[in-house]
Amino acid sequence: MSTVAIDLAGVSKTYEGKVVVDGLSFRVAAGECFGLLGPNGAGKSTIARMVLGMTSPDAGEITVLGVPVPARARLARARIGVVPQFDNLDLEFTVRENLLVFGRYFGMSTREVEAIIPSLLEFARLESKAHARVSELSGGMKRRLTLARALINDPQLLVMDEPTTGLDPHARHLIWERLRSLLARGKTIILTTHFMEEAERLCDRLCVLEKGRKIAEGHPHALIEEQIGCQVIEIYGGNPHELHSLISPYAQRIEVSGETLFCYAPDPEQVRLQLRGHAGLRLLQRPPNLEDVFLRLTGREMEK
Amino acid sequence: MRELCAAALPANAWNWIAVWRRNYLAWKKVALASILGNLADPMIYLFGLGFGLGVVVGRIDGTSYVAFLAGGMVATSAMTAATFETIYAAFARMHAQRTWEAILYTQLTLGDIVLGELAWAATKAFLAGTGITVVATLLGYAAWPSVLYALPVIALTGLAFASLAMVITALAPSYDYFVFYQTLVLTPMLFLCGAVFPVAQLPNVFQQAAHFLPLAHAIDLIRPALLSRPAGNMGLHIGALCIYAVLPFFLSAALFRRRLMP
Repeated sequence: MSTVAIDLAGVSKTYEGKVVVDGLSFRVAAGECFGLLGPNGAGKSTIARMVLGMTSPDAGEITVLGVPVPARARLARARIGVVPQFDNLDLEFTVRENLLVFGRYFGMSTREVEAIIPSLLEFARLESKAHARVSELSGGMKRRLTLARALINDPQLLVMDEPTTGLDPHARHLIWERLRSLLARGKTIILTTHFMEEAERLCDRLCVLEKGRKIAEGHPHALIEEQIGCQVIEIYGGNPHELHSLISPYAQRIEVSGETLFCYAPDPEQVRLQLRGHAGLRLLQRPPNLEDVFLRLTGREMEK
Repeated sequence: MRELCAAALPANAWNWIAVWRRNYLAWKKVALASILGNLADPMIYLFGLGFGLGVVVGRIDGTSYVAFLAGGMVATSAMTAATFETIYAAFARMHAQRTWEAILYTQLTLGDIVLGELAWAATKAFLAGTGITVVATLLGYAAWPSVLYALPVIALTGLAFASLAMVITALAPSYDYFVFYQTLVLTPMLFLCGAVFPVAQLPNVFQQAAHFLPLAHAIDLIRPALLSRPAGNMGLHIGALCIYAVLPFFLSAALFRRRLMP
């Protein structure tokens, strides 16, 4: 049994003259949660599709669960579960029927699927909704059903494209908790996200993408430590340029983004001292996060 | 190149059944409305034209006009049912509902999906055509038991038209384009292929053109079965329908491959 679940080597993809993925290489070890982090248009979804063999790379090699993709993608997909960015459940079917129909696509008999439906519903916390139509479910329930559906073939690898986009915080936390229980069971997960919090909470390792290129890779906390390594003070209000010169002697680095000034300060107290007496300023001191890493690497914020 | 083929062709001989069963399950929920919808239109034509025009036309090809029309309407209903299932329902599953996308996450290929959709559209065509056949037989406008020969032809006709429509589905950017297929292909075929009047009434050039149209071959097989007459050139007609069923299938699978897996 190979310990490498996904191996991308020098993968590129161009759509209509636009480079979407540019010489990308990374490896995902079996049992880890690997995140592809980047803003919209960074090429995350294209990479997810390429891992599934639904889009062919123009250059490079992809191996998934020991199988070359897309050449033998069908073989790989038999051991993969997919949670897509947009729900594609059968709306006219009940929860149970959705699972039944999907199990048959994997060649399972009706009896085989029915035998595992109760455990899938329990996992997705949808026991009471077995006979509800999908159109009656909330967004969070639909996501959980999609997750249950992705588990029907007992996959080794889960490919998730923005698994919590569009969910409210409560529904999002429930999905995260379910994903952690899957990792505890030894499943491998590759997920795309533009949520820093999601990436930080779930991922063992991250690949930060911009315009189809890898700009950083590593454990979220290691990335933050390595790229930032000190407290951050966000300063709102006031003239960013004036403040810049005032505090720059005490800051390791300063980024201006819109009306906010990000001050990376080994000694935050010194900065606060300098700003004392400036009326109308709002200061927020916090530990560094992946947003700061992205800002540092690209010079811009991920969202907005 | 081998990858392209592997994605576009069916992976095996039975994967398509899962797609067929998915559509059957969805259909079961609305079966009554669906059957009435598929039967109403051709029935209205059969009896509206049959009795209304029948008075003026009198006997045609040695039979009553209603009995003549019955074969044409059975074939036409199979054509329409298969076409509409493919250009509207299958297009919705491919495009807006993303059902095909979900299926492609599994071990099914595009070829499996297209084959399952074709088999399903042919099933609906078979139901529609058989429905008309049963009514015509009960009312004495079709001959028992020779009418039974029409049943496999109805299914094959459905498969051929589903396959043709699948090419249109693969090419159409949106629903708006299907109306061209209906008005420029299906409706002319109705009049060129002898559904409502004998092909012999047409100018010679149109008669020649009719030889190439699938509906003409379907009618040339179905009408004699309903009227208990020997059908000529059976091998030719069956062969033509088979070509119309098989070639567009491969073409549409290749087009879908390009459209959905860029």
